[in-house]
Amino acid sequence: MDGRAPLRLRVNGQPHEPPADPRVSLLDFLRDHLRLTGTKKGCDQGACGTCTVLADGLRVYACLLLAVQCVGMEIVTVEGLADDELGARVQEAFVRHDALQCGYCTPGQVCSAVGLLAELRDGVPSAATPDLTAPPGELTDAELGERMAGNVCRCGTYHHIAAAIREVAAT
Amino acid sequence: MREFVYLRAASVAEAVAMASDDGPARYLAGGTNLVDLLREEVERPARVVDISGLPLSAVEDLPGGGLRLGALAGNTQVAADARVRRRYPVLARAILAGASPQLRNRATVGGNLLQRTRCRYFYDTGAACNKRTPGAGCDALEGFNRAHAVLGASPSCVAVHPSDMCVALAVLDATVNLTGPEGERSVPFTGFHVLPGLTPQVETVLRDGELVTSVDLPPAPPGHGTYAKVRDRAGFAFALVSTALLLHVEDGRIVFARVALGGVAHKPWRARAAEDLLEGATADAASFERAASLALADARPLRHNGFKPILAARLVRRTLTELAAITP
Repeated sequence: MDGRAPLRLRVNGQPHEPPADPRVSLLDFLRDHLRLTGTKKGCDQGACGTCTVLADGLRVYACLLLAVQCVGMEIVTVEGLADDELGARVQEAFVRHDALQCGYCTPGQVCSAVGLLAELRDGVPSAATPDLTAPPGELTDAELGERMAGNVCRCGTYHHIAAAIREVAAT
Repeated sequence: MREFVYLRAASVAEAVAMASDDGPARYLAGGTNLVDLLREEVERPARVVDISGLPLSAVEDLPGGGLRLGALAGNTQVAADARVRRRYPVLARAILAGASPQLRNRATVGGNLLQRTRCRYFYDTGAACNKRTPGAGCDALEGFNRAHAVLGASPSCVAVHPSDMCVALAVLDATVNLTGPEGERSVPFTGFHVLPGLTPQVETVLRDGELVTSVDLPPAPPGHGTYAKVRDRAGFAFALVSTALLLHVEDGRIVFARVALGGVAHKPWRARAAEDLLEGATADAASFERAASLALADARPLRHNGFKPILAARLVRRTLTELAAITP
């Protein structure tokens, strides 16, 4: 095209050519093109959170990104979190706290939890943060609920998910 | 999703040139709204110009004490910025009241301004919508219009602007900076979005090919400010009604007041008559009650949203009371 370096996106450390059709979402690219089916499709409209992955370390909805938009990005899916220290701790905590029932939302919950912990580390506030000018306080029930509001669990395992995240945040 | 040509812009000038070519084009930044609208075939552009690689993501101090928000600055980034949290808490609160962390991590300042309405009839391509298809009619008028406008609507469109952030930008009297085929210009934020009238497909004063490059905040307002929002569930939902307020009280008298409402109109709604009433008045329950009533005095509810003027007035009154109670 214009002599620039070939445009790639990286998924769990591996470089990939973006799809030729720009209409392919990151979610469909992960599942149908790369066969990384850990990331699940729920609503496909940015409302349920089950497709949550990490893009350059930030949690995002894979259904609301075109794969071509992700050129130059480092995408990490739940498969990639198996080799990640924090990702592994979150997954072990989910198991310990029985933080799933049917499990469909779990990959998104795990990726979201990893993103949440990074946001806490970076001092990102939430709507439940009482004082915006103070350093981050403790992870109250209100903070956890607000910070995980982007992930739905239709089995209702929220309290167990919260317990798992709180345990990892405290260690 | 319909076919479109995907273009990646390497500069603002290139982006404007790409978008100004023949046929309808859309700029793509975070994609949180546009990708959804493309998938639903509500948006059917011939070209999508990806601007996410442009150097427009900085938040910078302006000479004189203001702050410039780059059009590609992320919602999370802006809400977490120490200057925004300290000097413009109303803006940080408004951003954090919106969407979910995943969306805020992708959503940008420019994209937030250009969000389309969440009116269900706009999204449903089987329904009549003058905004989507000019002249088609409006199914919301006689449909389920609980979420719709009570101020500034028209027989053509009763949709509301969905943004929380924009309500704060309206109350702060921000300025929008644009670059288009004919060069650069700036418009006051409160004049950026327009009421529906008979052309609800026109939502802003943007001209063909014009790109939002940044939003400027004036120096921090005096006193206190905050954003309050009422929605159907505690998190991750659009506003039924919301308010962004600035209030400065000296010796029991209001010396500065700004009032904006969200969830009530086609654009973020400034209640200037309420501001005029408040300024110079005693900071007491009677003043707040009168101002709140005045802010909604022109409301014209639809069949299912008669609760909105009442709820919005109560929210304004309550939030003014809370702001006045903060000790300097």
